[in-house]
Amino acid sequence: MTYIWYLIALVLLVIPFSAMVFLPINKSKPVLLGFFLIFIVFMYGPMMTMGVLSFQGPFGSMTLPAKDLGSLHWFTELRAESSLMVGVRDGITKSLWVSLVVAAITAVLSLSLGMAFRRQFRGGGILFYAILLSLMTPGLLLSLGLSFLLYYIGFNKGEGMLGYVPIIGVQAVWALPFGFLVMMSVFNRYDARAEEAARDLGASSFTTFREVTLPLIWTGVFGAGLFGFTLALNEFERTFLISGAINTLPLKLYIITSSSVLRPYVYSLGVVTIIISFLLIALFLIVSAITGRKKALAIEEDGSGVDDLPSMTAAAASGD
Amino acid sequence: MSDTGLVLKDVYRVFPGDITAVSDVNLEIENGEYIVFLGPSGCGKTTTLRLIGGHDDPSSGTITIDGELLNGVSPAQRPVTTVFQHYALFPHKSVLQNVEFGLKMQGMDKTAREQQATAAIELVGLSAMMHRKPRELSGGQQQRVALARVLVTRPKAILLDEPLGDLDRLLQMKMRVELRGLQRELGITFIHVTHNQEEALSMADRIVVMGDAIIQQVGTPTELARHPRNEFVAKFMGDNNVLHGTIESASGGNVVINTPHGKVEVPGSGTAGEKGSMAIRASAVNISTDAVPAVNGVRVRLDFVEYLGDSIKLHLDFNGEPFLAKVDEERFGEVQAYEGKEVTATWSVEDGHLLEQ
Repeated sequence: MTYIWYLIALVLLVIPFSAMVFLPINKSKPVLLGFFLIFIVFMYGPMMTMGVLSFQGPFGSMTLPAKDLGSLHWFTELRAESSLMVGVRDGITKSLWVSLVVAAITAVLSLSLGMAFRRQFRGGGILFYAILLSLMTPGLLLSLGLSFLLYYIGFNKGEGMLGYVPIIGVQAVWALPFGFLVMMSVFNRYDARAEEAARDLGASSFTTFREVTLPLIWTGVFGAGLFGFTLALNEFERTFLISGAINTLPLKLYIITSSSVLRPYVYSLGVVTIIISFLLIALFLIVSAITGRKKALAIEEDGSGVDDLPSMTAAAASGD
Repeated sequence: MSDTGLVLKDVYRVFPGDITAVSDVNLEIENGEYIVFLGPSGCGKTTTLRLIGGHDDPSSGTITIDGELLNGVSPAQRPVTTVFQHYALFPHKSVLQNVEFGLKMQGMDKTAREQQATAAIELVGLSAMMHRKPRELSGGQQQRVALARVLVTRPKAILLDEPLGDLDRLLQMKMRVELRGLQRELGITFIHVTHNQEEALSMADRIVVMGDAIIQQVGTPTELARHPRNEFVAKFMGDNNVLHGTIESASGGNVVINTPHGKVEVPGSGTAGEKGSMAIRASAVNISTDAVPAVNGVRVRLDFVEYLGDSIKLHLDFNGEPFLAKVDEERFGEVQAYEGKEVTATWSVEDGHLLEQ
């Protein structure tokens, strides 16, 4: 009986591919659109189910069908003073702060690395691959190794602010290659001639950076930071074995799902987290909309501009 | 050594790997001159400009302006500014902010610098676009902003790297006249780099032809057009025929050279038996169906008639070697009839020009 499902899966893969390859565009479009919709349903379906189930009444269940829809019970439940909810809220707060710090570190380090890699330097190639290596390191093993190391050097107490250092460190290392790649692509498209012009007009290196470089690339830096934030917010594997007494939100959720009776508050918690992520994306979009890429006013080709340009010399004569 | 103007003395620039980009450059540029560096790509003209602008350092030699040594002085501190190729405007700043940037760097207060920047923008005729961003301007307008941005700092010399390269032909022709007019108006030294002969001839007080990292010839446009010094210049200026041979005799201020194209007589002096080369401008070559004369004439086949609007360029073939002639536009009907046929190309003695070996 299971083989039927394999067969269906195979057909689902083959149909859009063959539609794309063998049909003319106008005929393949509806087929591909249909499959795209299926894809969307599979991707967002669980999320929507979660959304629906989070609005159940107090007797809501963990699976469909939903009971007593239209209640905010499980959202108010998140504000309860039970030790469980206090722990969850604590996890959210800690995760947000840790992620913000990781975001800042990722942004600054990615910017510095991006600036460094604009020039050739000795060992640059090795450094490049060394940074990207952390993408391929298995997270759980890294966490395990690091926990032994921390134990060995006596840094495993996880007390006070010091306990955050390994968490932030390991998450920043995880986020850095992503931010770094963002900055590499930013500098790839970057036109350095404006900097040369600034120096020519009398700007110092620092002024050039402040007046020209940073304004031109800062959305990229912001993007690198955003990468740091989201990666840190979701980070579990690397943090798992080194967090000590500090539970970030993913760790807290893991503990809850593995040790207590699940109630729909996990869904409402999920909805809240998604809202936070969406707000972040919206913030980024607003920022990039404000800083530019507003389409240039429609300008006709240079040739047409000939007539409407007043002569410079005539202007000079009257100007003097 | 002159103590006014820009002076380059024994300037060399050798890049790592023993690549000589600029070699043995000696040049005196007077204040207020319009100088054009002309040469094919890779000839060292842009490197020379960068050396003057301070964006690169000479390996040896000195550069002075009004007697003041520029070697080791940063671009920011030099009294020269560059209009970069493709303009290099600050895309995130408005026209006004672009233009006032240099003054801001000099520490001028906001009111004063805005006033001066506004005047400079007015000078280039862009007052209506003061608050636009560069991407909202056409290529020609961007170029004006780039000009205003350097003019406002009142440099002793302005360096322009292929300033007309990004513009279409019509706008180029208009800007040639305007740039030249502006330079006369302001009396500032302009040093302009281009690979376009026509542009150089039409704009320069003096042209510096560079090739193979050295200065090949310095001269006024007419000197260069009429008297190219050597084969490089003759060929690079275009529309020159260069003939090589052996000097047969020299007398009465003329030499006779024996070339594969027959005997040619040119003004000049030389020793019989030595190698000799001469150049003849295409426009000095006439074609006819007459018999080939004893000297300064060659039998050629007219391969192709190129109509240029104000003149006609004739692509001639001498035993597989190209030979050029240029005749008046009115003769189009006549010369077209010769296409594919044998004709005689002739020129007078005084139009020929002896080249340095």
